[in-house]
Amino acid sequence: MSTAAAPNYELLQQDGLETSLLEVSMGPHHPSTHGVFRMDVKLDGETVVDLRPVFGYLHRNHEKLAENMSYLSSMPFTDRLDYFNSMSNNWAYALAAEKLIEVEVPERAEYLRVIMAELTRLVNHVSLVGFFLNDLGALGTPLMYAFREREKILDLFEQASGARMMCNYFRFGGLRNDVPEGWLERAGEVVDRFPSFLDEYEQLLCENEIILSRTQGVGNLSRELAISAGVTGPMLRASGVAYDLRKVDQYGIYDRFKFRVPHTDGDTGDCYDRFMIRMLEMRESIEILKQALAGIPKGEIMGNAPRVFKPKPAEAYGRIEGPKGELGFYLIADGTPKPYRYRVRPPSLINLTVLRDMCLGGKIADTVIILGSIDIVLGEVDR
Amino acid sequence: MSLVLIDILIATVPLMLIFASLFAFTTWLERKALARIQNRIGPNKVGIPCTRISLFGLGQPAADGIKMLFKEDIVPRGADRLFHLLAPILALIPAMLVLCFLPLEFPWTKSLLPVQAFLLDGAVIFFFAITGLNTLAVFMAGWASRNKYSLLGGMRAVAQMVSYEIPLVLSAVIVVMMVGSLNAADIVKEQTGWNWYVFSPWGLAAFVIFFIASLAETNRSPFDLPEAESEIIAGYFTEYSGFKFALFFLGEYIAMFAISGLAVTLFLGGGDGPGLAAAPWLSVVWFLAKIFALIAVMIWLRGTLPRLRVDQLMGFAWKFMLPLSILNILVAGFAWHAQQQNSKTITVITWVISLAILYGTASGLNQLNRGSVRPRKYKYAE
Amino acid sequence: MSILGGGIFKGMKVTLWNFVLSYFRRDRLTTNDYSWRPDGDLPQGIGDYPKEEGEQLSDTTTVTNYSRNFPMLLHDGGEPMDTVRCVACQICERECPPQCIYIEKDYDENGKYIKRPAVFDIDVSVCMSCQICVEVCPFDAIVMNSQFELSTPDRFGGLLVRRDDLLKSNDYYHQIHPEEAAARDQKMAVEKAAKEAKKKAAAEKAKAAAEKKAAEAAMGDAE
Repeated sequence: MSTAAAPNYELLQQDGLETSLLEVSMGPHHPSTHGVFRMDVKLDGETVVDLRPVFGYLHRNHEKLAENMSYLSSMPFTDRLDYFNSMSNNWAYALAAEKLIEVEVPERAEYLRVIMAELTRLVNHVSLVGFFLNDLGALGTPLMYAFREREKILDLFEQASGARMMCNYFRFGGLRNDVPEGWLERAGEVVDRFPSFLDEYEQLLCENEIILSRTQGVGNLSRELAISAGVTGPMLRASGVAYDLRKVDQYGIYDRFKFRVPHTDGDTGDCYDRFMIRMLEMRESIEILKQALAGIPKGEIMGNAPRVFKPKPAEAYGRIEGPKGELGFYLIADGTPKPYRYRVRPPSLINLTVLRDMCLGGKIADTVIILGSIDIVLGEVDR
Repeated sequence: MSLVLIDILIATVPLMLIFASLFAFTTWLERKALARIQNRIGPNKVGIPCTRISLFGLGQPAADGIKMLFKEDIVPRGADRLFHLLAPILALIPAMLVLCFLPLEFPWTKSLLPVQAFLLDGAVIFFFAITGLNTLAVFMAGWASRNKYSLLGGMRAVAQMVSYEIPLVLSAVIVVMMVGSLNAADIVKEQTGWNWYVFSPWGLAAFVIFFIASLAETNRSPFDLPEAESEIIAGYFTEYSGFKFALFFLGEYIAMFAISGLAVTLFLGGGDGPGLAAAPWLSVVWFLAKIFALIAVMIWLRGTLPRLRVDQLMGFAWKFMLPLSILNILVAGFAWHAQQQNSKTITVITWVISLAILYGTASGLNQLNRGSVRPRKYKYAE
Repeated sequence: MSILGGGIFKGMKVTLWNFVLSYFRRDRLTTNDYSWRPDGDLPQGIGDYPKEEGEQLSDTTTVTNYSRNFPMLLHDGGEPMDTVRCVACQICERECPPQCIYIEKDYDENGKYIKRPAVFDIDVSVCMSCQICVEVCPFDAIVMNSQFELSTPDRFGGLLVRRDDLLKSNDYYHQIHPEEAAARDQKMAVEKAAKEAKKKAAAEKAKAAAEKKAAEAAMGDAE
C-alpha cells in the first residue's frame, strides 16, 4: 500500500546512546481525529518514524444491510455514510440506480440537484476549513465563523427536505418534493452573502504567518503517488492533476455551467495547497450556484419511475465528484426488488491510504494537520 | 511580635484577596470575550444563587470553583503521589509570591514595616528568580502523571519556558540600564509624567519582546503547546482533576497577572496616569487598568491565532528574539549616551537611527528564518 | 508581507470587528438558537410552540414548520379512533428501513377485519426519521410530527410510542406544518372528487344499463 522504506533502526544507536522509540496510540477518543480513528505512531523524540492507521470503529454493515432491503429503503442509509454531505451521497446512489432503469429526470429536478450538490460542497469545504484550523490550534474562532454560514445552508436544507443533515431528498427519477415558495430567493440571499464571508475568512487566515509556516512544506504528496494510489478530489488537484468528474463525466447538467477547476503545478502538494484549493473551490461553487439559481425552470420534480423498483439483471456504477473526492456506488441487480450486491467507493478511505507516506519524517504535530487536510469522515471510511 | 504579624496580614491578605477575585473576574472575562469573538454568547445564566437574576453570568466562576472542589480527586495508579500533589502547589506559590513586589501602593499600607521590606533593592531580579520555579512545577506535573501524553507536554513546556526566559530577562535589562536601579519603586518614579519607556523605539521593541516572551512563559496561545488540546489532550495536566486542576488554573492566571504587572512597571509607567495629584489612590486603579489592558490583548491573541509547532517555537526564540534583544541592548546603550548630551537634534537622530536598525534587523532575521514562506497563486483549468 | 507580522494584525482586526459587531447585530450570532431569524417568523420561546390539548412541551429551542422528527397518525377530529385514517394495511411496516413499526389489525366480534389498527407501535429509539412511511402510505394516514422532547428515564419501554399517543388530529397537523397539510388536504380532496365522479359515472352507467335491461325485458314481455 505505501512505498516508503521501513524505519532505520541504526539511527537510534548513534553516539553510543541507546534509546527506544516512544509508541503512542492517538486513540479512538481524541479531540482531533475527526471521528473514531486510531493511529499507532512510533516517535523518535518528536519525529514520526512509523505510523499505522486503525479504523473500523464505526463499521455499521451498510453494504450488507442494503442487500436485504429494497432499493429505496437504503436511500436514508446513504445519508449517513458521509454525514456532512448527505445530499451528495443521495445523488450518487440515485445516479447509480437510474442507470439500471430507463427513466428521465425532469429539468427542474436536475437544476435542483445541482443546487443541492453545490450547497453541500460549500457546507463541506467550509466545515473542513474550520476543523482544519481548529486542529492547528486556533481555538475555535474560524470554526465558529464557518459554522455561521453552515447554519444558514442547513436551514435551507431543512426547508426543502425537512431535516438539516439526514435529508433523504433524492429519489430515483427526481426528487421527493418540490422546494417551498420563497426558497429560491432565500437561497439566492445566502449565495450573495457568501463571498463577503469568504473575503473575511481569507483576511483572517491566508496571510497569517503562523498558518503559513505550519502548513507549507508539510505533508507533501507527489503527483505520481497521488495518481497511483487512486486519490481523488481536492487532494488530487492540490498535487497537480487537473481532474474533476464534473468536467470529465459531465453527469447531470454540469455541461451547461461555466466554472473553473483550481489546481496546482504539482511541485508541492502540501497542506497549504489543499487548504487553499478548497477555498478557491468554494468560490467556483458560488458561480455555479448563481447560474443555476438564475436558470432554473418551472416544472415537475419526479420523472416516471416505476412504482415498484425491480430492475432487470444488470450492473451499474454511478459516480459523482463529491466534496471529498469521487464517490461511487456499484450496484448489481438480479431482477428482484433487492440488490444482489451494493458497494460504496468511499473517497475518504482511499485518500487515507497515503497517510503514512505523507507523515513519515515529520513531527507529531504535523500528523494531526495532515490528517485534517485529507478530510476524512469516519462514516464513509468505515461504512 | 503580634503587632508585626498583624502588619504582615494587613499588607498581604488584601493583596491575595484582590488578586483572587480578579482571577475569578478574568476567567469570566476571557470566556465572554472569546465567545463574542466567535459569534456566540458566553456564559450568561449563572448569577446570584437561588434567584433568577443572571448578572450576565458573573456567578459562573464561583459555580466553577465550587464544582471543582467537589470533584473526585483521581491519581493514576503507579503515579508518584507526592509529586502529583506538590506540582500544583508549586505552580501557585511563586506566582502569588511575586505579587508582593509589584509597586502597588495601597493607601492603607504606606507606612507599614513589611511593605517597606517588600520594596527590595533587587526586586526585578527577585521576580525573575521566583518565576523560574514555574518551570519546575510543570515538569513535576508531567513526570508524576505516568502518562506519555503528559510527559510529552511536560518536556515541551520545560523547553519552551527555559528558552523564552532569556529574551524576557534581556528586555528587562534595557529598562534597568536606563534607570540604573533594580528597585521597582525607582523604576516607576523615573517614568512619571508620561515618560514611559514604551514611547521610545528601543523601549517599544523591548516591550514587544517582553510581551511575546511573557505569552510563552505563561503557556498562553499562540505558545500553548504544552496544553495543546488537539494533540495531546491537555498536556501536563491531563491527569489532574478537581481542586488540583483549579490550582493549576489559578497559578497560570496569577502568573499572567504577575508578568503583566512587571511589564506595566517596567514599560508602561506603573501607576502613572492622569489625576494623580488630586487623588494618589488612583495609581492603584491605573495600575490595575493597565494590567487588564494587557490581559485583554492576551485574550484577543488567544482568540485569533493558531499555535506554533515546537521546533518553530524554539527557532523563534533562539534565532529571532535573542539576537534582536541583544541588539536592542546595544542600541539602548548608545541612545542613553546620546540623550546625556541633552540636545534635541541628537535625540531625534538617535530615534530615527535606532528605529531603522531595529526594524531592519527584525525584517532581516525574519527573511533569514522563514524567507520561503509566502502566499501562493493557483492555476485554473476550464 | 510588507509589515512584519502584517498577516497577524489583519487577523486581529477581523476578530476585533467580529467582537464589536456581535453586540450590535444579532444576526451575526447564527449559532445561537435561530436568533438570527426575523422576529415574528417563528415561535420565539418556550410555550409558544403549538401544543395539542393536554400536551406539554419543554423545548428550549424551536423548530420550524418544515422540520420533521417522528411519525404520528392522523385522525379527522372528534373521537380519534372513530375518524382514524389508518386501515392497518401494513405497507409502512414493510417499507420502514430500520423496521421500527409494529402493526396488528383490528377484528370485530365475528372475526372480520375492520379497517383500523388494534396495535400500532413505533419504537422511537430506532426510528431514523427518514419519512419513507409517509411516502408509501396510500391513505395519508401517517405524517411527520416535529416534537422531539421525548426523552424518558425508562430504558425498557419508555421510547415505545403506542397507538393512542401517536394519534393526533388534522387540525394539529395544520398548526405545525401548514403548507404541507394544506397540500395534502388538497390532494385528498382532488382524489375524493375524482373518486366521486367515477362512482357517479359508474352509477349512471349501471342505471342506464339497468334501464336498458328493464326496457328489453318489458319489450320481451310485451311480445
